[in-house]
Amino acid sequence: MTDRPHLAVIGAGPAGLAATLAAAARGTRVTLIDSAPEAGGQFYRQPATGLRARRPQALHHQWRTWERLRDSLAGHVKAGRVRHLTEHHIWLVEKRLAEGFTVHALLGPEQEDPVTVRADAVLLATGGYEQVLPFPGWTLPGVLTAGGAQAMLKGTLTVPGRTAVVAGTGPLLLPVATGLAAAGVDIAALVESADPRVFLRQSRTLAAHPGKLGEGALYAGQLLRRRTRTLYRHTVVEAHGTDRVEAVTVAALDAEGRVRPGTGRRIPCDTLAVSHGMLAHTDLAESLGCLLDGTHVHVDEEQRTDVPGVWAAGETTGIGGSALALTEGHIAGGSAAARLAGTEPDPEEWATAAKSRTKLRRFAAALDRVYRPPAHWSEQVTDDTVVCRCEEVTAGTVREAVGELGAGDLRTVKLLTRAGMGWCQGRMCGPAVAGLAGCDLTPSRRPFARPVPLGVLARAGEETDQ
Amino acid sequence: MSSPLDLADARPDPAFTVTLDGREIEALPGRTVAAALWEAGVTSWRSTRGEGRPRGIFCGIGVCFDCLVTVNGRPNQRACLVPVAPGDVIRTQEGTGHDD
Amino acid sequence: MVGAACALYAARAGLDVIVVDRGPVAGGTTGAGEGNLLVSDKEPGPELDLALLSGRLWTELAQEFGESIEYEAKGGVVVATSPGSLTALERFADEQRTAGVTAEPVAGDALYGLEPHLAPGLPGGVHYPQDSQVMPALAAARLLRASGARLFIGRTVTGTLRSPEGSVLGVRTDRGDIHAPALVNAAGTWGGDLAALAGTTLPVLPRRGYVLVTEPLPRLVRHKVYAADYVADVASDSAALQTSPVVEGTAAGPVLIGASRERVGFDRSFSLPALRALAAGATRLFPFLADVHAIRSYVGFRPYMPDHLPAIGPDPRVPGLFHACGHEGAGIGLSTGTGHLIAQVLTAKTPDLDLTPFSPDRFSEEAA
Repeated sequence: MTDRPHLAVIGAGPAGLAATLAAAARGTRVTLIDSAPEAGGQFYRQPATGLRARRPQALHHQWRTWERLRDSLAGHVKAGRVRHLTEHHIWLVEKRLAEGFTVHALLGPEQEDPVTVRADAVLLATGGYEQVLPFPGWTLPGVLTAGGAQAMLKGTLTVPGRTAVVAGTGPLLLPVATGLAAAGVDIAALVESADPRVFLRQSRTLAAHPGKLGEGALYAGQLLRRRTRTLYRHTVVEAHGTDRVEAVTVAALDAEGRVRPGTGRRIPCDTLAVSHGMLAHTDLAESLGCLLDGTHVHVDEEQRTDVPGVWAAGETTGIGGSALALTEGHIAGGSAAARLAGTEPDPEEWATAAKSRTKLRRFAAALDRVYRPPAHWSEQVTDDTVVCRCEEVTAGTVREAVGELGAGDLRTVKLLTRAGMGWCQGRMCGPAVAGLAGCDLTPSRRPFARPVPLGVLARAGEETDQ
Repeated sequence: MSSPLDLADARPDPAFTVTLDGREIEALPGRTVAAALWEAGVTSWRSTRGEGRPRGIFCGIGVCFDCLVTVNGRPNQRACLVPVAPGDVIRTQEGTGHDD
Repeated sequence: MVGAACALYAARAGLDVIVVDRGPVAGGTTGAGEGNLLVSDKEPGPELDLALLSGRLWTELAQEFGESIEYEAKGGVVVATSPGSLTALERFADEQRTAGVTAEPVAGDALYGLEPHLAPGLPGGVHYPQDSQVMPALAAARLLRASGARLFIGRTVTGTLRSPEGSVLGVRTDRGDIHAPALVNAAGTWGGDLAALAGTTLPVLPRRGYVLVTEPLPRLVRHKVYAADYVADVASDSAALQTSPVVEGTAAGPVLIGASRERVGFDRSFSLPALRALAAGATRLFPFLADVHAIRSYVGFRPYMPDHLPAIGPDPRVPGLFHACGHEGAGIGLSTGTGHLIAQVLTAKTPDLDLTPFSPDRFSEEAA
């Protein structure tokens, strides 16, 4: 057992990388644990090595930021200050009374072989994932999340089809559309349900971030150059096809977020990339007993959760993009380093970062107000539309549980319909079921962040109990 | 017309062969099973256990479990996470994936 | 579940029924149950008689509700893991048979004919065709709906209304009073709290249990299968963690794995030792499970009473108050018999079972 305190950083996206570098720079021993073969998370997902991409920056923005992160990490790893464990799929972080934390993971893409890592403290930078609200035809092959299309493009240099409609709401739609277009996909339309006038109402906050607005303008410019049809205040009401998507119907929304009858237009396509925002991964935090604010992990100004020894940074503490994740990771890493050394972090050191964090959080909140799914989206969801993809539970079944069997909360709907009981454990359908049932999206308690082979579970943590 | 390989100026290592339901398809090293199937023009490789409906990639990052496929006899592998290797035997799956 | 069954049978006996719960339907232990309708784990005595009555009633309800509550008359197989425990098990089965339980010893090939995927080398077991399965939350919801009772969920009882002589006039809730001459305490693990609000006592304590749920599987486990030591665990008074394997398939596909018992109050936090023990026990019984994934687990609190029998019937200390709680881990199975008996006493009929062993004030006498 070495003298230096040991911090486990979970997740090697922007937040986890920034945290690792901040902590390592202050002398903390860090183990960076991540499920991917390379660092970068979603935002900086790298093309697979075997593809020998010589110009990966063509798929990314802010490449120089990535290069700095990547090279600093390499330096720390080479110097032995940081251990970077790749392809570790963590299913549980256990807090042991006097002995710190045990991280339980499954190794490699098969995720069958167990491995554990002990640490004195953990920093959760587990990121987020996409939310998609259902609509008729959304389960057709060829309909995928916008982020998923982007992940496949960045990581494997493949595209989902030839002609795509990119739809939904959120700041992700533009970069996904331009990325696919640059990779040779014909973007038949960009369909955004947000109202451009809401942009104007948020203009003061948005204008405080000229860099980010500039980014948006850059994307918009790129799309215009390719003469991509962009439809604001429109939504996809149905995806059509038999074994894969062949066309979508889009329609206009009125000021209340209702579909305006008679405005439906059919757009042929073989791909529909859709997104309605993002959700935080909170499973590891929850099973550690961390307090949540709604659907994300609660932290103080040092990025500490309410469980001693547990920090959190990035999307997991609230969706806000990569710049915010970097800032929060930096603060969290610095705080963890100081606290583990028995000192208090010097407020001067992170004053700039804290100011930046405040501004970026305000910006994220403003974006949230702009990019809302249409208020009456559930009216488009017919009774026979599948809502829980895993268990194929339809909207009609959910509505029956509410109307006839008296279900009034997410857990009861789940018990009575099986919605949320499948492989993905409600990650995909939670918001939709909550919306249809008219109840709060209460976070699901998921003791296992990943499926765990029973043979592995049968021996998990045995050695630490002895 | 650009392609993603062109866009990133990729010079991949040589392609190899894998099979999908006995049919030979080419795959580039480093790609996932899902990517190899996409490149072969395949967008669904599973049918759901209730209604027998086709599924392929949805979230693309290993969270939704839609893309489950059987690789080398092991069912319920997430195609978006598992890399292809030469000679891999990929099978579309039905039901629970264990029905064989 | 017990409340739902009481509502159904009382309504069908002609009574006007109101059901109150501070939480949602199946929000208590019912939502964390496996849905065991067992006779196999009970020794001859009042609980077994109640289980046999309840089983008959469940079979009737299955005609009416069947698929919508995922009822399966699948039968149970209790497995002995050593020759010594097989002898004890067979003797236990002999006694149960005298009480009316169908219990068929199965040894060697016969055991593996029933459950081909059991670990090899097991000496034998006993087959109980009368054991069945139901999906508890669906059953509670459907029975409640069928009862036609007025359902006031999300409403908390804060006190009881009683006459100057002390008999029940109704309840006070956080959303107004409800007047009724009869109050049935079906508050399960919280039955002691409700009893206190009525000015009396009922020593119900929570006994925590976890269940592991696997990925969807084809039907590889055909019955409710458990190791013979399960019965001893249920009967034990130990507060420490006790586990013994219980494994069954479900209509929907996943395999459910139990069972653990601990007295830790109402602590819902995650316990790796408990889940590890469940996984270890299950994989010992069914080795194929080692490669099967657990995708979730859930926790519940069984309501248990010091002598492991529920409280059913009128409370002599408070006229108009009836208890129907404290069923420990057998609440789903015993709910129908309980509901039927409660409906009988509510309508002044002679109950089909002698309620003396279940009498709610049997502990206050001992205390005195």
